Amino acid sequence: MNLKLKIWRQKDARDQGRMVDYNISDVSPDMSFLEMLDVLNEDLNNKGEDPVAFDHDCREGICGMCSLYINGEAHGPDRGVTTCQLHMRKFKDGDTIYIEPFRAKAFPVIKDLVVDRTSFDRIQQAGGFISVNTSGNTQDANAIPIKKHNADLSFDAATCIGCGACVASCKNASAMLFVSAKVSQFALLPQGRVEATERVLNMVKKMDEEGFGACTNTGACEVECPKGISLENIARMNREYLVASMK
Amino acid sequence: MAKSALLKSSLAKKYWMALTGLFLCLFLVGHLLGNLQLLASGDEAALHFNEYAFFMTTNPGVKILSYVTYFSILFHAIDGIVLTIQNRKARPKGYVKNNAAANTIWASRNMAVLGTLILVFIVTHMVNFWSRMHFDENIPLQTVSIDAGDGIQQEFYITTDGSYVPKKQVEDGTLEIRNRTDFYDARAGVKYKEGYKDLYKITVDFFKNPDYGLIATILYALAMLVLAFHLYHGFGSAFQSMGLNNPSYNGLIKNFGKAFAIVVPLMFALIPLYIHFIL
Ligand code: HEM
Ligand code: SF4
Ligand code: FES
Repeated sequence: MNLKLKIWRQKDARDQGRMVDYNISDVSPDMSFLEMLDVLNEDLNNKGEDPVAFDHDCREGICGMCSLYINGEAHGPDRGVTTCQLHMRKFKDGDTIYIEPFRAKAFPVIKDLVVDRTSFDRIQQAGGFISVNTSGNTQDANAIPIKKHNADLSFDAATCIGCGACVASCKNASAMLFVSAKVSQFALLPQGRVEATERVLNMVKKMDEEGFGACTNTGACEVECPKGISLENIARMNREYLVASMK
Repeated sequence: MAKSALLKSSLAKKYWMALTGLFLCLFLVGHLLGNLQLLASGDEAALHFNEYAFFMTTNPGVKILSYVTYFSILFHAIDGIVLTIQNRKARPKGYVKNNAAANTIWASRNMAVLGTLILVFIVTHMVNFWSRMHFDENIPLQTVSIDAGDGIQQEFYITTDGSYVPKKQVEDGTLEIRNRTDFYDARAGVKYKEGYKDLYKITVDFFKNPDYGLIATILYALAMLVLAFHLYHGFGSAFQSMGLNNPSYNGLIKNFGKAFAIVVPLMFALIPLYIHFIL
């Protein structure tokens, strides 16, 4: 199929940036979205033009590196998939496709479609871990009994790949879904309870400092999240934070 | 750290938003139950309504509640606007193409606009009624026509202790109205009895006014539509902000919230519509 692409091009962080039109032909419906962009870049390379910069790594939906705001939605129109797992069969011959970087003050554009998501890393460093000694005296994981229900919820929360689609989709560029998933995966397990109070206080503090917005509970994040992270996590973090800040 | 966390963080701002918002929902129920009395007509109904209004403005318990309400509206509005400004700043550059309808309902994206319109309505509404009740020097006092047994209808003021003062006595100067509602013996200069502010009449006259009654009725009904949208998202959202989200009762909150958002504003809107078009 033949497509018309409107792609955000921006030389570097300081460049103003603009949408540029490209035509691409003979796109196979079996291609992934990133493969389609590879073909475009091949073309641009051959013409001696600067290829479009975009993030990617695993290309199997598990690393969280790929991003892109496609036709007004993070990771495109499909549900429960990352951009690398989005297939061109979701589009029709002759379609115009808008491709933009994730937009947030805390995700500044580095080049074209690549944004800096290290603000997520800094939130993680503020408390998204448990302090256990792993040098040779690790406890047997099964020694601590955990309710199946909680183990499942914790595991679900832990499937967050930190892609930032939640931030990109939110009208407030809020990181609540991401941060709440990271808070929840520990809060639900006894191993995580030890540092639960400081964890939620510190991670929320960092989240605010990084310039993410607050939550209006619109639910856009849950719809666009490729991993189906639930809004229940946000409510859990709201509870955790309320209790922690009264201690 | 913990203390400032409960005042300044983005989460804390939302706790206050939710608490004040839910308190205002309770206020709406109380206000509605009182106002529905306006749907009954006649002297009896007017008296009931005016007695109720008298109780609401003099009872100390209700006074406290009314101050909590004023505070909640102010705090909710200011907090809401502060949040909205901060949230805008979190995305300095927007998307060229954004398909927000794919993942959110319209009301949830427009809470600030809806809220600001509600604020404009609240101020207008207070100028229309609240300020007259509190400050109007020539506020009408409730009267009834009674046949005193001689076959002639006479106008009487009803007083708060349940007795009647002939209107004639005020007209001929035997009694004077002072402090807006008090009947004074003109010669002795002592307070005799107290009348009821006729808020029923003020309300009916307002919506039946030949000049602006129709436009006021339409604007009041539209304001209730705005409130409905605000609550359609807001009611359920407040529970989520407070951390109350549990699959076993989420459906209940959601459905109750949607019903609340439709029924309460609709009943409010019926009052001016009824007065203007039917009464
Ligand atoms: C009777 C009047 C009102 C009621 C019952 C009401 C109720 C609510 C409720 C229940 C919420 C949800 C809170 C949450 O998400 O946690 C809310 C949100 C909101 N309200 Fe109101 N509200 C009223 C008036 C106003 C006014 C006058 C404003 C003025 C600006 C306003 C602005 C907002 C905003 C901006 C939000 C969303 C905040 C956010 O970003 O999450 N509301 N309201
Ligand atoms: S919560 Fe979902 S959308 Fe947000 S970072 Fe994690 S995986 Fe991505
Ligand atoms: S490239 Fe790893 S998730 Fe898409």
